[in-house]
Amino acid sequence: MALDKNGIAKRIAQELEDGWYVNLGIGIPTLVANYIPEGISVEFQSENGILGMGPFPFEGEEDADLINAGKQTITARPGAVYFDSATSFAMIRGRHVQLTVLGAMEVAQNGDIANWKIPGKMVKGMGGAMDLVASAENIIVAMMHTNKKGESKILPACTLPLTGVGCVKKVVTDLAVLEIKDNAFHLIERAPGVSVDEIIAATAGKLIVPDVVPEMSI
Amino acid sequence: MNKVVANVQEALEGITDGMTLMLGGFGLCGIPENAIAELVKKGTKDLTCISNNAGVDDFGLGLLLQQKQIKKMISSYVGENDEFERQMLSGELDVDLIPQGSLAERCRAGGAGIPAFFTPAGFGTEVAEGKEVRVFNGKPHILEHALTADYAIVKAWKGDEYGNLIYKATAKNFNPMMAMAGKITIAEVEELVPAGELDPNEIHTPGIFVQRIFKGEQFEKRIEQRTVRQK
Repeated sequence: MALDKNGIAKRIAQELEDGWYVNLGIGIPTLVANYIPEGISVEFQSENGILGMGPFPFEGEEDADLINAGKQTITARPGAVYFDSATSFAMIRGRHVQLTVLGAMEVAQNGDIANWKIPGKMVKGMGGAMDLVASAENIIVAMMHTNKKGESKILPACTLPLTGVGCVKKVVTDLAVLEIKDNAFHLIERAPGVSVDEIIAATAGKLIVPDVVPEMSI
Repeated sequence: MNKVVANVQEALEGITDGMTLMLGGFGLCGIPENAIAELVKKGTKDLTCISNNAGVDDFGLGLLLQQKQIKKMISSYVGENDEFERQMLSGELDVDLIPQGSLAERCRAGGAGIPAFFTPAGFGTEVAEGKEVRVFNGKPHILEHALTADYAIVKAWKGDEYGNLIYKATAKNFNPMMAMAGKITIAEVEELVPAGELDPNEIHTPGIFVQRIFKGEQFEKRIEQRTVRQK
């Protein structure tokens, strides 16, 4: 069966390594913080100006001055630090953040990503996404494999305005884990109970399928 | 060196139609809400506003949008404001969307006397259209210019009569860079204390960047996304 959003987050959490600073985007990526593997320590950066982001506050303990980049009320963990937006993006552009996880509307086989604008329809803005994808060495995209109409979001080329070019190296969807290299998606793992044929059918971009495709263990 | 003004009216003196303003804040966090309310009352129009976000429909910069006082917005993310989206898609409002890190750095550069800089953010996207591209260390970068404003309006937690400022938690965000980039910078604070009361080690924005400071009359500090967990 295809993964739900929490399943995608759980799979991405397996990529975390001890000592990493991690930036989580809005939506599915935020859920990754709930599944940090036992025995490793990571710090979450939110680009509005905090390192050491903790869980949501208990009811009644919300602080209007303490939010994440999704404008949600949060808490700070012991050892947390606050900083201004220029310092925050110095961390990001300067490659001091080891992993960036963000959502996407479309990803292409050359590593292009689109996630900020649907011309004439939806223009929310890119926020920090363009800075993040242009600089991060290690970007994982968390997304559903297809849109609500069942059309693939894993494409030969993006159709929407780009957020960044040639920057995505790994995609975790409700169906599969894909790596991007040599202008193609490479099928690394499939979601529990999902067949290779289902993944092929849901993928519009060039997909390289090895002889054996292991099932995710989550 | 005393920069204290009596109230918000005095603080905003000189702001006229057609000016460019910088307004600190991220979402509704750390916005100069008393100054924004006063701008609505004053009815100043044709403003160009540089601010990471545009508030929500009935708070923050959304209030100025409702009164059609803003001609142009320079922002990175405007997703929580229906009136904004309506004015933008209908062409009533001129909008320049720029990557958040570039926005922060452009303000910082404006205040720091650096006219322009190269950044990788936005290369290959519509943000890069018409901008000079140069390759450094094998990677393409685009030229972004500094931003300044006729007035920068920032919000701090504590300030002293010399204009030294301390921000609280993530309400810091764009405020320190915008404080540097205003020709005249107005600071709205929750607590205003005599010079010497703030620990010089703890000050975030040195008073040299601030021309006027006032104590905000009241702070609603609205929360945009109240998220909690169960005890």
